[in-house]
Amino acid sequence: MVRKIKKITYWLLTFLVMFITCLPGIWIFISAFRPNAEILSKPANWFPDNWTIHEFTQMFSIKGYVSVPAFDYLMNSVIISLTSTVIAITIGMMGGYAFARFNFKGKNTIFLGLMLARAVPGISLSLPLFILWAKLGLINTSFGVIIVYVAMNVPFTIWLTDGFFRQIPKEMSEVARTDGCTRLQAFWNVELPLAGPGIAAAGIFAFLLSWNEYALASVLTRTIASKTLPIGMMDYLSEFTINWAGMCAIAVVMIVPAVILTFIVQKHLVSGLTFGGVKG
Amino acid sequence: MLILPAIIAISIVVIIPLIFSFYTSFTSYKLTRPDTLFNFIGLRNYERIFSNSEWWWTYLRTILFLTIALNVELLLGLGIALLINKITWGQRTLRTIMMFPMMFSPILVGFQWKYIFNDNIGLLNNFLYLFGYESAIAWLIDQKLAMGSILAAEIWANTAIFSILLLAGLMGIPKDPVEAARVDGCNSWQVFKHITLPFLMPFIFIALTIRSLDVGRAYDIVHIMTGGGPAMRTELTWTTIARVGYKDANMGMANAMSYLSIILSIAFTYYFFTKLKAARQELGQ
Repeated sequence: MVRKIKKITYWLLTFLVMFITCLPGIWIFISAFRPNAEILSKPANWFPDNWTIHEFTQMFSIKGYVSVPAFDYLMNSVIISLTSTVIAITIGMMGGYAFARFNFKGKNTIFLGLMLARAVPGISLSLPLFILWAKLGLINTSFGVIIVYVAMNVPFTIWLTDGFFRQIPKEMSEVARTDGCTRLQAFWNVELPLAGPGIAAAGIFAFLLSWNEYALASVLTRTIASKTLPIGMMDYLSEFTINWAGMCAIAVVMIVPAVILTFIVQKHLVSGLTFGGVKG
Repeated sequence: MLILPAIIAISIVVIIPLIFSFYTSFTSYKLTRPDTLFNFIGLRNYERIFSNSEWWWTYLRTILFLTIALNVELLLGLGIALLINKITWGQRTLRTIMMFPMMFSPILVGFQWKYIFNDNIGLLNNFLYLFGYESAIAWLIDQKLAMGSILAAEIWANTAIFSILLLAGLMGIPKDPVEAARVDGCNSWQVFKHITLPFLMPFIFIALTIRSLDVGRAYDIVHIMTGGGPAMRTELTWTTIARVGYKDANMGMANAMSYLSIILSIAFTYYFFTKLKAARQELGQ
């Protein structure tokens, strides 16, 4: 009897936790498909009377956008996030490999220094970057944002991949090299495939950071030439009113790719984080 | 050689701008008047900040905010991890659902909670309405409630990383010592305190280190939820910097403030990082 009560309590608690976790997202999702008038109605109706994709057609209409040029923002987001992720992973992986395999002077100091560089808050960094990027003509260009995101993502990628490369026995690469591979070939054919899951995890984290970043992008971007979705979202916010339905709709556009990508590699995310830390 | 590109990238985007901003923090640089960049005023910016009680309240509030947020997140995360660890059926699905908030942009988190806490159309007030609270509570406008509402958003968004990592830690605990302790007559609290918790320590500090890298992102949440209001009651150091730097265009001053808040972020990260190392050594890894 006692065990049964215990079990039921566990389930109830779990349900509560999951409910609180999911509710805000579900509410946004529902709100994205209901007309603005219904959102403002009082007393509230919990479930939409009539579903509509009005806000989405407004955002993505081909014949010149009506409200917010969400398609341009989406494209900017995709280009900026993907490019910066690929570059950050390449650079970070090289660094992670070096930290895992070689001993050099000041190794621990450099590692800590890299991590601390990542800890600088975006808004503090944005002030000098804004001035310097303006001088270099990089304001409002995708390129300017990409460089910043690469540097933001490199330290964390190093931390993750370092942990994964450590998991791979050194001997595997040595065996490959006695069989006549060069170090690069051994890396490419033996170690890289084995570290694949870790690199995928690092990639997702880098992608999510770029996809979701606001503080820096809000300063470095100006128009549809480079504005990303988080910045574009603010278009629905005017001084005194908010277009709630529109904002919810763009939120859905933002969250769906992130969710899909994360689910694909979610199994490796956790092991990636813990390897990096525990065995580092 | 291999870490050179990483160092170059970080130099361009982090180190050089930081040196530059260090210099401007000693000038009266205003965005609207570019020539003031060379107007060297020594420590005057810092003197003015140090004598500004408003700033110190903000600074204290930020430290308090982070302390509360990190502690609650850690405790909730631990609780959730222990709970889910007990459940064997459907655990993978639960884990996936649990990760949900991690994918939300902080700006999105802020917006979504602004929506929930809205006094007119918010989910929370609508819900309270059902139970007869007909007067709308202004969660984000009331001076006392606003900070709590922001904390709720912050905690919702970041508890996931703790529960996920601690769950991973729990699943890795070897069964033998636990069983041996049980045979020797330990109760569950003793097992938790002497076996589970020490084993979880490195995982706790990994989570704290990862979190401390991102504390500055609380800016996004505050920025969209209250913009620092009401009456600057919810301002954190980062929102103050943004206001002084971009709204008042007083870059020199804002950069000086930046330095003080960078020190805060780095202190948090450094502290947890050294703790992580210590915990790791204790486990003999």
